[in-house]
Amino acid sequence: MMLGRKLACVLLALVLGASAAANWLAPAGYAKQYREAADAPPSHAHWLGTDAIGRDRFARVLYGTRISLLLAPAAALLSTLLAALIGGLAGYLGGTWARMAMAVTDLFLSLPWLFLLITARALMPLNVSPLLSVLVTFLLLGFLGWTTAARVLCTSAGSLRASDFVRQARAAGVAPRRLFWVHVVPNLKPVLYAQFWISIPVFILSEANLGILGLGVAEPMPSWGSLLKELEGLVSVGEEPWKFVSLILLVVVVTSFQFLLSRQEEVAA
Amino acid sequence: MMLVTVLLGGFLSATLVRLAPGFDADEQQLDPHLSTQSLQAIHNARHQDHNVFRNYFSYMKRAAHGELGTSLSLGQPVRTLLHDRAPLTLRLLTMGLGLAWLLTLTLALSAAWLRLSVYDTLTTVLSGILLCVPAAVLALLSVLWNVPGSLAIALIVFPRTYRYTRNLLVKAYSLPHLVTARAKGLGETRILFWHVLPVMAPQLLAVAGVSVSMAVGAAIPVEALCGLPGIGQLAWQAALARDLPLLVNITVLVTLVTLLANSGADVIGYALRRQRA
Repeated sequence: MMLGRKLACVLLALVLGASAAANWLAPAGYAKQYREAADAPPSHAHWLGTDAIGRDRFARVLYGTRISLLLAPAAALLSTLLAALIGGLAGYLGGTWARMAMAVTDLFLSLPWLFLLITARALMPLNVSPLLSVLVTFLLLGFLGWTTAARVLCTSAGSLRASDFVRQARAAGVAPRRLFWVHVVPNLKPVLYAQFWISIPVFILSEANLGILGLGVAEPMPSWGSLLKELEGLVSVGEEPWKFVSLILLVVVVTSFQFLLSRQEEVAA
Repeated sequence: MMLVTVLLGGFLSATLVRLAPGFDADEQQLDPHLSTQSLQAIHNARHQDHNVFRNYFSYMKRAAHGELGTSLSLGQPVRTLLHDRAPLTLRLLTMGLGLAWLLTLTLALSAAWLRLSVYDTLTTVLSGILLCVPAAVLALLSVLWNVPGSLAIALIVFPRTYRYTRNLLVKAYSLPHLVTARAKGLGETRILFWHVLPVMAPQLLAVAGVSVSMAVGAAIPVEALCGLPGIGQLAWQAALARDLPLLVNITVLVTLVTLLANSGADVIGYALRRQRA
């Protein structure tokens, strides 16, 4: 398992490094069209060929990876903060607050994640600028993805509230606000970190699903979702295998996160 | 409690549609052939939808009499649309879930029986890879390989159910009384049916309940991308067209199915626990 985690770290570092160096590795950018070489196979000029309108696929994969890998953690951070605020606070306050927060959480959880996401995303403006579509997609993931984490945090904060050291601090006259920030929140940190890491691959996959269904990042901005949409036009797998590069990259990255996650889950447990 | 959650689910959906940007816009109003009276009629009809509370309350009143309204985008009664499309989705979900559980139980049980680390690693890697592939990609690949949509649903649900089932089996097989039973020479079949399955049945039922929710979620990309005219595709079309009556009804239906599956699993699990106690 240790070897797996090391390998996962190396792979993630490589993918992150390559996407960070996208401007240097693919200076022409993701939107430049090579009209004379549309839908071309891999060559020296275009390592992964070009797409249907002549854009370099290698450049699009690099820039798309950068967008997905930067914004999925940002959405995960937002959802974890919301979960900490709603779940953590409700668990700490207990009683009616905890019941209310859990009722809202149950309401969200009673709808399948993909159904909720698709419904909510379709209700947002679809015909917007590419940059805005990136923000809308990942903000939506952040705002809708807090429920499971909130449930976990509510339970953890509830157990902390009933723990001996918190009771002792309360009996010693520590103010509720100080008790929460100084004694409860630091003890919730391992759970928060674990929830943050768990959310990243979930959001990467969710963005990919939205992109394929045409509700993700708008053209010409690339993301793993919009790159995978290209698979819709395939006739057979063996004919143009280079079109699967973005899928392979996504699977490698999500698998690497899963390996790292097992460590986070151990820490949280 | 379940009824309240279902009603709130529908209300959440209605509120989301009402608050969505561009809710007031209606393409019909741009038609130059429409008279002032027609435009006023459209405006009045849209105006009635503004109060989300009143709108949802009147919907509930009509729904109690079996009247689910008319789809704005498809122009057909919602009841007819749901009635026509439900059998396909039901068949797809039943077959998908059946296949997923067949695969889950076969692989998890064989891994527990064989106790070969290579086999265990292989099945874990297989489920791990499937877990890392987006549901929509599996739907696209099913179109590409010309395999039924139910198999795509099975492959979306399988990795999630496999992980839980495998862990439950590993835990159940490591119980001290099972080690003793094995040492005393009890057959694997007897151990499984008398000592393992009864222990893990409540948890397994809970996973089965959750798997229904997973399958319902998976039905959307599968039906949308495979061109299967079921409830999932209808939900997709309703979401894109911001079709309030259709979307609210589908949300209520999906919430009801999910809650019924989970509550059913809980009730059976509770009954089994009581029987064992």
